[in-house]
Amino acid sequence: MVTNLKRIVVIVGHYGSGKTNLAVNLALDIKKKTKDVVLVDLDIVNPYFRSADFQTLMEKHGIEMITPTYAKSNLDIPALTGQLDAAICTQKHLIIDVGGDDAGAAALGRYSHEIEEAGGCDLLYVVNGYRYLTRTSKEAAEILQEIQKISRLKVTGVVNNSNLADITTADDVVSTHQFALQTAQEYQVPLLFTSVKEDLAKQVKALMPGQKVYPVKIFVKKPWEE
Amino acid sequence: MSSNQRVLMKGNEALAEAAIQAGCHHFFGYPITPQTEVAAYMAKRLPKIGGTYLQAESEVAAINMVLGAASAGIRAMTSSSSPGISLKAEGISYIAGSDLPCLIINVQRGGPGLGGIQPSQSDYWQATRAPGHGDLHALVFAPSSIQEMVDMVFDAFDLADQYRMPSMILADGMLGQMMEPVVFPEKSVNPVDKSSWALTGHQGKRAHHIVNSLYLQPDELEKNVKERFERYELIKSKEARAEEYLVEDAQLVVVAYGATSRIVRSAINTARGKGIKVGMIRPLTLWPYPSSVIAKAAETAQAFLTVEMSMGQMVDDVRLAVNGKKPVAFFGHTGGVIPTPAEVLAEIEKMTGGDR
Repeated sequence: MVTNLKRIVVIVGHYGSGKTNLAVNLALDIKKKTKDVVLVDLDIVNPYFRSADFQTLMEKHGIEMITPTYAKSNLDIPALTGQLDAAICTQKHLIIDVGGDDAGAAALGRYSHEIEEAGGCDLLYVVNGYRYLTRTSKEAAEILQEIQKISRLKVTGVVNNSNLADITTADDVVSTHQFALQTAQEYQVPLLFTSVKEDLAKQVKALMPGQKVYPVKIFVKKPWEE
Repeated sequence: MSSNQRVLMKGNEALAEAAIQAGCHHFFGYPITPQTEVAAYMAKRLPKIGGTYLQAESEVAAINMVLGAASAGIRAMTSSSSPGISLKAEGISYIAGSDLPCLIINVQRGGPGLGGIQPSQSDYWQATRAPGHGDLHALVFAPSSIQEMVDMVFDAFDLADQYRMPSMILADGMLGQMMEPVVFPEKSVNPVDKSSWALTGHQGKRAHHIVNSLYLQPDELEKNVKERFERYELIKSKEARAEEYLVEDAQLVVVAYGATSRIVRSAINTARGKGIKVGMIRPLTLWPYPSSVIAKAAETAQAFLTVEMSMGQMVDDVRLAVNGKKPVAFFGHTGGVIPTPAEVLAEIEKMTGGDR
């Protein structure tokens, strides 16, 4: 499922839709089949719970990381480095974890030209039907449109990452399928897959025959869940 | 949507949505990490429901706008993080001195000064001792989950209205930024009758109301403050709240609030698995402080441990409540460093001699 993705994979979506956890999973999976993988934390709006938190894990797996200069520090300065420009020009596989909503995607707009020149990207729009402001496909589609506008890139697929954190059941996931499908249809892009925490993957697959299910590990955790 | 359905929310968004559902359609604020999502959410939602979202030119302006809106008898709120709350202190004092209800949210970050943007609990003294100058208090609530953030917003507005005083929700960056499933309560807002004091226009039909904190004669001011303190005594006797967790047979009682209490709970569960008799008292209100719950535990427990993301502030109130009967120790981190369950467990083991 992840092997069909383009060299540059960009992950966008509403705040809290699960972009970072998906990005970390994709980076680790793509690394299994590819030599040079880079996880890019492009979040300029969110102070905590971000890809930069996983620097050590990425290093352990030989995955390069590019993060804003002051990510994870006490400084509230969203300064980006020139590293991403350089990485786009290489043949390395990039997973770019973008900040939430159009506010976060503004930073991506800065790189749209470079990404197009390098052959474009897979722009994955992550949705979670349990997030308060994206409970309907109409609301989810509105945010998609705002993100496309400011990032100057076109969404190429929707990922259904609907969940209720640790209390999620297989039924909770399956019941959002229609919502995710409609969101994708609204923009005539495919619903690429449903990402679901690995212990539920079998059940979800059984309940949605023929649908692609991507089992993910939960890396984004609270201090008392370690 | 049906309101008994679960949704996944970030703490800051939940605070904002709960306030809207509690009938607060007027928000005045100024952005600061890690609470910016409160203002961002209000900016998105309030115009759609006919409310007012106003980004003021500063925190000082924002709190004075809250004073103005509250004077008119409507539910109003502001939100900030530590340095911004310091700026609001003058306005909070005027609001208290004018007997006005409102909600102030503090999503604490590291201090002093500009400090940092990571989570902290080092504004406890400020919130409970001196949220502004003068003899005054604010009701202070300490949620430890996103659901509690939602529930406490309703309570904070209700009690602020009932006692005509500012309410504060003392959260921290961790609670503000993390996500959890929540259910919004199916509550209808019971509007409190504010017609005896609110500035709603008298149209020549009644004497005009005055909202004011200036008293020309010292004895008048003293009388006014003393009356307010009688109300504070009533609040102390009626509104202090705490959760007790495995306290009954506990030799060691850990006292913690907010996000830190989640870490402590995790450490206690591990300790209990090892046979260590340890429990927790978790204050839900920081003012009024649930001193009697702690005093009662001091009759049975052998020792107390307070865990905070500060150099030790709430530990003062624990010591006052324990009143020298049992030793009270402190463990904490500050500056945005979060204690780990393993560290808390090590403290618990140290104080209980390992096992049993």
